[in-house]
Amino acid sequence: MNKILMSGNNVIGEAAIRAGCRFYAGYPITPQNELTEYMAEHMRNAEGGVFIQSESEVAAINMIAGAAAAGVRVMTSSSGPGISLKQEGISSMAAQELPGIIVNIMRGGPGLGNILPSQGDYFQATRGGGHGDYRTIVFAPGSCQELADLTMDAFDLADKYRTPAMILADGMMGQMMEPVIFKKPKPRQYPEKFMLRGAGSGKSKFIRGLLLDPVDSEAHNWKLARKYEVISENETRCEEHRIDDAKLVIVAYGTAARIAKGAIKRLRSHDMKIGLFRPITLWPFPEMRLRTLSEKVNNFLVFEMSTGQMLEDVRLALQGYADIEFHGRPGGAVPTPAELANVIARVYEQKD
Amino acid sequence: MITKTIFSGFGGQGVMMMGTSLAQSAMSKGFHVTYLPAYGAEMRGGTANCTVAVSDDEIASPVASEPNYLVVMNQPALFTFQNRVTPGGSILINSSIVEASPSRQDITTFYIPCSDMAQELGNARTANIVMMGAFVRQSGIVPPEIYLKTLETIMGSRKKALADINRKAFTAGYEYVQK
Repeated sequence: MNKILMSGNNVIGEAAIRAGCRFYAGYPITPQNELTEYMAEHMRNAEGGVFIQSESEVAAINMIAGAAAAGVRVMTSSSGPGISLKQEGISSMAAQELPGIIVNIMRGGPGLGNILPSQGDYFQATRGGGHGDYRTIVFAPGSCQELADLTMDAFDLADKYRTPAMILADGMMGQMMEPVIFKKPKPRQYPEKFMLRGAGSGKSKFIRGLLLDPVDSEAHNWKLARKYEVISENETRCEEHRIDDAKLVIVAYGTAARIAKGAIKRLRSHDMKIGLFRPITLWPFPEMRLRTLSEKVNNFLVFEMSTGQMLEDVRLALQGYADIEFHGRPGGAVPTPAELANVIARVYEQKD
Repeated sequence: MITKTIFSGFGGQGVMMMGTSLAQSAMSKGFHVTYLPAYGAEMRGGTANCTVAVSDDEIASPVASEPNYLVVMNQPALFTFQNRVTPGGSILINSSIVEASPSRQDITTFYIPCSDMAQELGNARTANIVMMGAFVRQSGIVPPEIYLKTLETIMGSRKKALADINRKAFTAGYEYVQK
């Protein structure tokens, strides 16, 4: 397979179509417009493909919920402000156990904020911005290649666990072009018994999120909780970079992790033993792996393009076993590897 | 080794195309590449810029805080970006429409009247390709043949007639900086 030079937004669209996504609904917002545009152009060439530019973000999430109930692979996308609007629908899909992919190309917040890359939606993505006891699987790709691979994987996991999954990237990942090789997607495995396509002569099927009887509702909540436990056990992913001899480990994801890698490269050339721990799934968070790491590393530095959100998960994972420092650049600021290297060097020298 | 370049000018001058064509040809030469456009409320006639990073190793940040090369297609671009260029770096200027010169002494400047040259060749819109000829020669990131082949692929078969015009424009720019 040949390498193709594509922007992150287009990569997600192409990966989704290759993975068998046949229903996309979305509403424009910078910096993810190219994804909606890509789906508008290419979905019509996919057999049975439907593209809808909905009247709002709320409509889009409910459209994909409907199509998911009918058994189609579905996707919607937006950026921060639009993802906020979709929360009711995401909660509803989680309750009804409907698989679907929600893409969030993060921008500076809160409110309308700005259109620059940011990582302020971590809490919203990992804690579930909607109401009720639910979780969404959250992938945090760090390159265009990962956007391609993880989008395909997200469809598989959403089907496997019948739950919505999120791709959490930022404006930089969406706009940047990088070479990509698309892998061959696995064939879809999704039993027909979960698809609402008319009962025919068989029994009626129901998909619902309203459970008025507390006995039913409690049972349903525990059923979901057990499912999330299984996901936590089996689906965490992370990357460890140069941690073997590290005295200080940076914890960062997505664009921040790329910048951290650049900074580490500089500092390593000055003989500073620094490594990187990069969560690839933000929920489930690779907490056990990080805790194990604290057996040989005593110092961690969390770097985020926010005021400190993943920081809380790192604290929970390390449970006081190691020292944690934090460096944050919120609101659309993207530091250079050189700037970050200065910050890391200061922390490193204090600890050394 | 990592080389970062900022291309900047008016929307409509083919500034983004200069960036993608460089990124694509560097990719086919086997380099790691990133291309980052300025995005948002951009429009024809407004400002446009993009950054291309080419490296033999993984690229950490696609942003160029200290680019090695700056390609300036209009005057505002020179004022916006000249101070970012790394000491010892180069600025290539479209001297047909840019009257000012860089105020810095620690960089090399090349003046290429690419808009006039494109006009003389019969197609004013190839000014960006004339500039790319000069850029490819000066930077040495990709061999000219690979660049031209990539350019033909990008333009596609329905614009075959353009291939000759582009080749002429490219050669004019390439030879201009040789003098």
